[in-house]
Order: sequence, then structure tokens, then C-alpha cells
Amino acid sequence: MSYAQLSLMEQLILTLSAMILLTSFLLLAQSRIISLINTFASQGFLLFLGTCLIAQSSGRYHLYISAGMTLALKVFFVPWLLRRLVRRLDIRRDVENVGGPSMIMIAGGALVLFSYYVALPIRELSDLATRNTIAISLAVILLGMLMMITRRKAVAQVVGFMSMENGLFFAAVVSTYGMPMVVELGIAFDVLVAAVLFGIFFFQIRAGIGSLDVDHLNRLHEVDR
Amino acid sequence: MIALYATLLIPFGAMLVFAVIGHWKHAGTLNLLVCFATFLTSLQLAIDVFTNGFMITPGQLFYIDAFNVYLILVNALVGLTTSIFSRPYMAYELKIGRVDGGRMRLYHSMFQGFLLTMLVALSTNNLGILWVAVEGATLATVLLVSLYRTPESIEAGWKYFILCGVGIAQALFGTVLVYFAAEKISPGEESTLLWSVLKDHSDQLEPTVLMLAFVFLLVGYGTKIGLVPLHNWLPDAHSEGPTPMSAILSGLLLNVALYAVVRYKMLIEPALNNHLPSYMMMGFGMLSFSVAGILLHHQRDIKRMFSYSSIEHMGLMTFAFGIGGPLATFGALLHMIVHSLTKSAIFITVGHAAHIAGTQKISEIRGLIRTQPAVGWTFLLGTVAIAGFPPFGVFTSEFLLFTATIESMPWLVMPLLIGLAVAFAGLFRHVQPMVFGEPPEGQLPVKANMLPIIFHLFLVLWLGISIPDILANWLDQATIMVVGKGLL
Amino acid sequence: MNGWILAIVQTSLLLLCAPLLTGWVKWIKCKLQSRQGAPPWQPYRDLFKLFKKEVVLAESASPIFRVAPYIVFGVTVLAGSVVPMFAIGLPTAAIADVIVLVGFFALGRFFLALAGMDVGTAFGGMGSSREMTISSLAEPAMLMAVFTLAMTVHSTNLASMTRYLLEQPLQLYPSFVFSAMGLLLVAVAETGRIPIDNPATHLELTMVHEAMILEYTGRHLALMEWGAMLKLMIYGMLLGDIFFPWGIADSFAPLPLLIGFLSLFLKLFLLGLSLAIMETGLAKMRFFRVPQYLGLAFILCLLGMLSHVILEIN
Repeated sequence: MSYAQLSLMEQLILTLSAMILLTSFLLLAQSRIISLINTFASQGFLLFLGTCLIAQSSGRYHLYISAGMTLALKVFFVPWLLRRLVRRLDIRRDVENVGGPSMIMIAGGALVLFSYYVALPIRELSDLATRNTIAISLAVILLGMLMMITRRKAVAQVVGFMSMENGLFFAAVVSTYGMPMVVELGIAFDVLVAAVLFGIFFFQIRAGIGSLDVDHLNRLHEVDR
Repeated sequence: MIALYATLLIPFGAMLVFAVIGHWKHAGTLNLLVCFATFLTSLQLAIDVFTNGFMITPGQLFYIDAFNVYLILVNALVGLTTSIFSRPYMAYELKIGRVDGGRMRLYHSMFQGFLLTMLVALSTNNLGILWVAVEGATLATVLLVSLYRTPESIEAGWKYFILCGVGIAQALFGTVLVYFAAEKISPGEESTLLWSVLKDHSDQLEPTVLMLAFVFLLVGYGTKIGLVPLHNWLPDAHSEGPTPMSAILSGLLLNVALYAVVRYKMLIEPALNNHLPSYMMMGFGMLSFSVAGILLHHQRDIKRMFSYSSIEHMGLMTFAFGIGGPLATFGALLHMIVHSLTKSAIFITVGHAAHIAGTQKISEIRGLIRTQPAVGWTFLLGTVAIAGFPPFGVFTSEFLLFTATIESMPWLVMPLLIGLAVAFAGLFRHVQPMVFGEPPEGQLPVKANMLPIIFHLFLVLWLGISIPDILANWLDQATIMVVGKGLL
Repeated sequence: MNGWILAIVQTSLLLLCAPLLTGWVKWIKCKLQSRQGAPPWQPYRDLFKLFKKEVVLAESASPIFRVAPYIVFGVTVLAGSVVPMFAIGLPTAAIADVIVLVGFFALGRFFLALAGMDVGTAFGGMGSSREMTISSLAEPAMLMAVFTLAMTVHSTNLASMTRYLLEQPLQLYPSFVFSAMGLLLVAVAETGRIPIDNPATHLELTMVHEAMILEYTGRHLALMEWGAMLKLMIYGMLLGDIFFPWGIADSFAPLPLLIGFLSLFLKLFLLGLSLAIMETGLAKMRFFRVPQYLGLAFILCLLGMLSHVILEIN
């Protein structure tokens, strides 16, 4: 089945997935904390839209529940929490210089290609309209990981972590039209708790080392000196 | 059935109760009683399963067989003994002002929460819930690692959170892939992620997807096991958290993560035509075993040193499960028990030793045997046991593993032996002066409850001298489940 | 034969309409900024005035300086004749495909930069160096986008691209979405609009295009200015042809041609409007941030390519 034979709605789903990938790249390059959080929220929103469309086009209406949880968690709760923390910690104006942006972008592109090749055998086996997006979801996961590696600010690392979660959720949605509901609920609960714990950690780190720069967390070594 | 629900509901209830009254002065005692109740119910559960065979709850959410029930029992036992130790230990920490009432609430609540997630992870039938529970275990313990709020402990907590979070995310992707493969068999059914269903259809699953899934799962849960090179969080989390925490992390969490990997291996390997999962486990296991043995030499913190020892033993077990075959699997299962018991005993003694010396630095802990002979001797005996000396149980299981290795791949015995010798040298190099050295002026004994340590070491000794028939049968049943063939 | 006549008509129309587009954008901008503003046909008056004026040459000017305006203008007109304006299937389409089109622009830019440096003033050299920096970053992105589009439509010829898209039922290609965004950014950079360059000022520190033609007078300046206006129009038509091909005529009958002309008029009208709104809303970027801007364009084009490979090929 060639691309042109897909219905317009399915094409829209694929376009949305590509937009999600774009937001992942934007997250990688974004240096202002507030814009970072906003970009993350928009990624969540695209995810929500994509899930709704998939639910509609595939007739798996239970996906609406997952989409609703995404909306509540990734678009409203987590960004709200992060914004509030950023305000309370007074780091709204913080700008993080992302080291070697072009190298990171190239690495990101390489990761996308890598996930394409990893997902290739899976794609062959699937007959869902969304099978091509499995590679994209894996790329979003890996890009989130790349972001956590390259960033030095605790907030940015958390955003990377949450964006990885987005990728995982997306992977579940596009490869199998969602995990069983009990598992989805469990995952959502874990994300919720993790977000709250991250908030607590911000205060602890701030109180402990006087900054949210995780480069200062350097007292423990593999081999004691 | 009731025993199972009780085993899960007791810690759940206790978690909620302790969130409110965890700072009460008898909370430690209550914690102990709760753990004791959990232990009793899990014992009942073990007896049930042993007499009636495996059990599935209605709704198929939980599935108990010989393999996980013995881990549940070990879990409850180590939880119990750790809570015995934790009562005076935390009381002392409260007295010297390292923690306050709020943190005691957190501690007690999360202690139970952690046990709960471990029990859920072990008993669940749903591979998705397994993931949720293992992630939940991270979330429950992450604030305990940073309980003391020193910069080091916060760093350790953050590292633990981030690294395990990233790692475990890979495992979720692997789980999604398994579900993807399973959906091919019966599309649209939610039951397809159930272990009991998947196991029956494992030969119909798509090999390419499963292979890919296993890579992600091994990396994901391997982070939790502490396999090199994904081990970075482990020594930090063990050394900076409160000692009872280290005991249950080392004794339980690592086991549960390994359990998850083995479950997936049981599922995936029969579907493949090759033995790649085995080889990968052997490779990771061997690497962890050797690297941890070397790094052990360079440690200055007593708890870090023993956490590297944990990595070493987890590597050994992963290696053994990788070899497969009844003998190696039997040995690995036995090693899981004896390692849990020994390591938690050691961490408990280390906790006492650190209180005696007032520090965790190896160079400043001296002359334990003169200051407090009970602590000194148990410390020495525990180290002897973990290093694999006869007549302790660790020797028995390692002996079985080596025999299995000789049978299947003789050329790997040499690196194993060298690794063991290196680790042994590393341990004793540090432990000898701590036990026998000259105690500093004015070093006083502390109030220590030696019961759990002695109990653990006694069990390990017993397992070393003779494995009771009942346990041997039991492990054999588990071995049959894992590799399809028994030893006895 | 009809085709050749039509091609000549089309190219002359392009020459005639280009100043109007520029004037239109300027007029809207003035209105948006609550200024009186010159009428949209002001550029015609300016060009007319410049053509009448005497040419003053710097003493140090070489022949290149004198030839450059003719080359730049000529190359731009040639490029313009390749791009379908209101009809496809013209014989001129066979002259060049879209890669050559990029080459034409590069050739024009090369002489523009040479001319900027020729007289040896500080501003000219600065403008040339900036122009080359921008284009060295913009061209890879543009080519990447062009290749992505070519992969979908199986051709690099503009007319066949447009025809392919017209013949298909409505499709939503993710790669087109990204290429459109990337090409838009590139077009803004290449035509020297805000936020990369401000065509309205001669502010020393920021100017790029104006710095290069600072030494020109009379008809030379008129040709350079006209060339720049043409370039804006060509980019506008290019975006329209590829991403909004509807309305363009595929036969030479009067009615389709009329529709084609009207739709082109509408597209350029809207394009000018959105360009003016964008320029009013944005501030000019520091020159050192331009690489970031073009980096974004490149990433967009790269994502277009990747999403084509990942999502659209089965």
C-alpha cells in the first residue's frame, strides 16, 4: 500500500508524528527554560491530537481515555508543575548554553536514522496504517535520552525524561493501538509520581548545592580519589 | 489465594498508615510487626503453592509459581530481618539528628512501599504491571537515598533517579515490542500481555521482534540489576542512603530486576532459533563480574565496596542464567537466595560498624573486633561467606555454577576463577584492618541487635552444609520452569 | 509556437509585475505601521528615475563592476523564465530543472559579491562576506528540500513537479510540510528580508544586500534593484508552484490561462500580505544568530527528507 492510498486522516496522523519529531529536535536546541517547558507542552498536545485521530480512524475508542490522560498529564499537569517550580525557584530567566548545538543536531539526525533501521524489521510485520511511525517514536525516545545526556540543568533533564515518556507512550499507541488499560493507568501513575518527586528533588538540589546545575553534582566517583 | 492478597495488602495498608504516623516513637516496632505479618502470609502462600502447584488469581492479574514464590519468601524474610535492624538503627539516627520526624514518616512509609512494589513485581502475571512495579520501586526508594540531604546523598539520589529512569524506559519499549509480537496472535485482546498466556504461545511469536525486544529489556532491567556499564547509580545509591535501605536494595531490588530478565528469557529464547539472549546475558554478566572485582580494590567507602561486591555477584548470576541448563540455573537460583541473605547481613553489620566508628570511610574504621567483638566477628564471617568460602552457602552455589561452566564452556572457568580471586583479595585487603586493626582511642560499642545477622548467617551456613530436601525440590521445580529440565 | 509566444509573454509579465509586488509589500508594511506610505507603484517611478540618471563610476572600478549588473539581471531573468508562472508545459521548462535554478541564483550571487568587493570600500567587502556566509548556509538547506520534493514527485523539473501534484488527489505529505517551512526560511534569507536583512534601511552595521550595491548609480543600480525585486517574485512563484499548485493552467486555452493568471495574482497578493505582516512583527536578528536561523531551516529540510524516507516509502 503506497502512501497515496492512505486516507487523509491517516496522512494527518503521520504528519502529526513528524511534527512530534520536530518538537523533539526543538527541545534539543531550546536554551530558555520557559520556552523549553512550552515546547514540551506542545509536544504533549500534538501527541494528544495524534492519539485522538488514531482512536477515531481505527475505531479503538479506549484510546480516547489514553489521549485524555496525556492531555491532563503532559499538557497541563507536568508543564504547570514545572512552571510553578521555575517560578518558585526563580530561575525563569535562566538560559542554558547548549554546548556544540550543531554536533547535537547531527547526532540527533543520526539517531533518527538509527531508529529507522532498528524499526525496519518491525515495520515489515505490521499492517497498521501507523506502522511507519514506530521508527519516529523510537527516535523521540532516543532524542529524549540525548537531551538528558547533553543538558546540564536539572529542569532540562527532567523535560528530556518526560519527552522520553512521550516517545514511549507514542510507541505503544502506534505499534499496538495502546497497551492494556491497566498498564496504561500504571504508567500514568508512575509518571505522575515521578513528576512530583522531580519537583521535590529540585528543592533538595538547590538547597544542597545552591544551584540547579547538575555539573555541580560531582562529588561521587567511580573510583575514589 | 487469601494469603496472596494478604501479602500484598498488608504492606499497602502499612504504607498508607506510616505516611501519617511514621514518626511515632513505636513506629519501628510496628514496622517490624507488619513485616512479620507479611512474612507469615508469604510463608503460607509458599506452602500453598508448594502443595497445590501454581496459582492464578481470578482476573489473571497475579500468577504464582515455584519460581517467583521462593523469591517472594526471600523478599519477605529479608524485609523482616531488615526491619528488625532498622528499628534501633533509625532510632539512633533520629537521636543524633540526622533525620527528623517528617523524614521518619517518609522512611517508614517508603520502606513498606518498596516491599509492596517488589512483591507486586514478583507476583504479577502482567508484564506491563511488572514494569510499572519495578519503576515504582525506583520511585519509592529515590527519596530514601537522599534521606540525609547531604550534597553527596542528593547527588546519589539524582543519579539513581535519572539513570534508572532512562534505563527502565528502554525496558518499557521492550515491553511494547513484546506486546506488539503478542498482538499478532490474538489481536485486540488485552490478555495478550499476560505471562500465562504468552508462555503458551511463545513458539508462535515473531522472532525478529522478540530479539529486538530482548535487547531493550536486557538494557532496561540490566540497569536495575547493575550490570556494567549501566551500573553507575548502584554504588552511589547504596553508599549514601540509610543502611537498611542499602540492605534491601542489594538484597531485593537487584534480584527482582534479574527475575524480570529471566522471565523474559524464558519467554523469548524458545521462540528464537538461536541462543543470542543467553550469549548476551553471559557477556554482560562476565563483564560486570570482572569489572566490579577490579573496582572493588579502589574503594574508600565501606558501603561502596560492598555494593561493588553486589554488582559482582549479580554479574555472576546473570552469567549463570545465561549459560542455562539445569545445573547452572539451579546454582543461580540458590545463589540468589544466599547472596540476598549474606549481603543484607553484611550491610546490617556495616551499619553497626559505621555507627561505632562514626564514619563510613574504610581508612577510619579500625579494630571492630576489640571494640565490639560481636560486630567484628559477624562482619568477618559475613565477608568470608560472601567471598565464597566453604562451608557457607555461597560456596555451594558458586561451586555448582563452576561445575556447570566446566560442562558447557570450560575455557570460561579461568576468567571466573581469576575474577573471584581478584574480588576476594579486594575484600580482604580492606576488611582485615577494619576487623583486626588497632581501635582508635575512645571508640565505644553501640547498641546492636545481632539477631538478624546471626539468623541470616546461620541460614547461609545451613544451606552450605546441606540443602534441605524441601528447598531442593522447590528450586528444582523452579529450574524446570526456567529451562524445562530438572536437576534432581 | 504558441508555447514560445506564451513563454515570452510570461517572462515579460514577470519583469513588469516584480516591482509591483515589492511596492505592494512596502505599502502594506507602511499601513501596518500607521504610516502614509508610497503607493504600490512607487518602485516603477524609482526605476524609471534611476534609468534616466547618469552613471558615476568609482576610479578603482574594474570592468567586472560594470558588467556585474547586466549579468546579475540577466541570470535572474533567465531563472525567472524557467519557473512556471501561470501555465505549465511551456517550452522554456526544458531549459533547466530546479537544481540549475539554484545554480543560476548562485551565479548571480557570485557576481554580486564580486561587484561588492570590486571597488574596495569597507562596506562592499563586508556585505559580500555576509552574503556569502548566509548563502553557504542556506544553499545546502535549499538543495535538501529540493531533493526531498524531487523524491516524492520523481522529477527535478519544476513543470513536471507541478503537473504531478496537480494530477493527484489531495495528499498531505509530512515531507512537504517540513520542506515548505524550510524553504520559507531559506527564501526569507535569500531575498534579504527581515529578520535576516532589512531592505528598507542603509544602517551600516546590519545591511547585507544594500552594502554590496552601495557604490552603484544610475542604470546599474536600477538593474540591481530590479534583479532583487525579480528574485522576490521568483521565490514567491516557486513556493506557490510547489506547495499551492492549484489554479495553474495546464493547457494554452484562454480560460485556463485566465484562471492561472488570477490564481497567481491571488497567491502573490496573499504572499505579500503575509510577508508584510511577518516583517512588521519581527525584529531584525543579530548577524551572529543567522547561522542558528539557517540551522533551523536545515533541520527542517533534513526532517523533511527523513520523514519522507521513514513515513512515505513502503
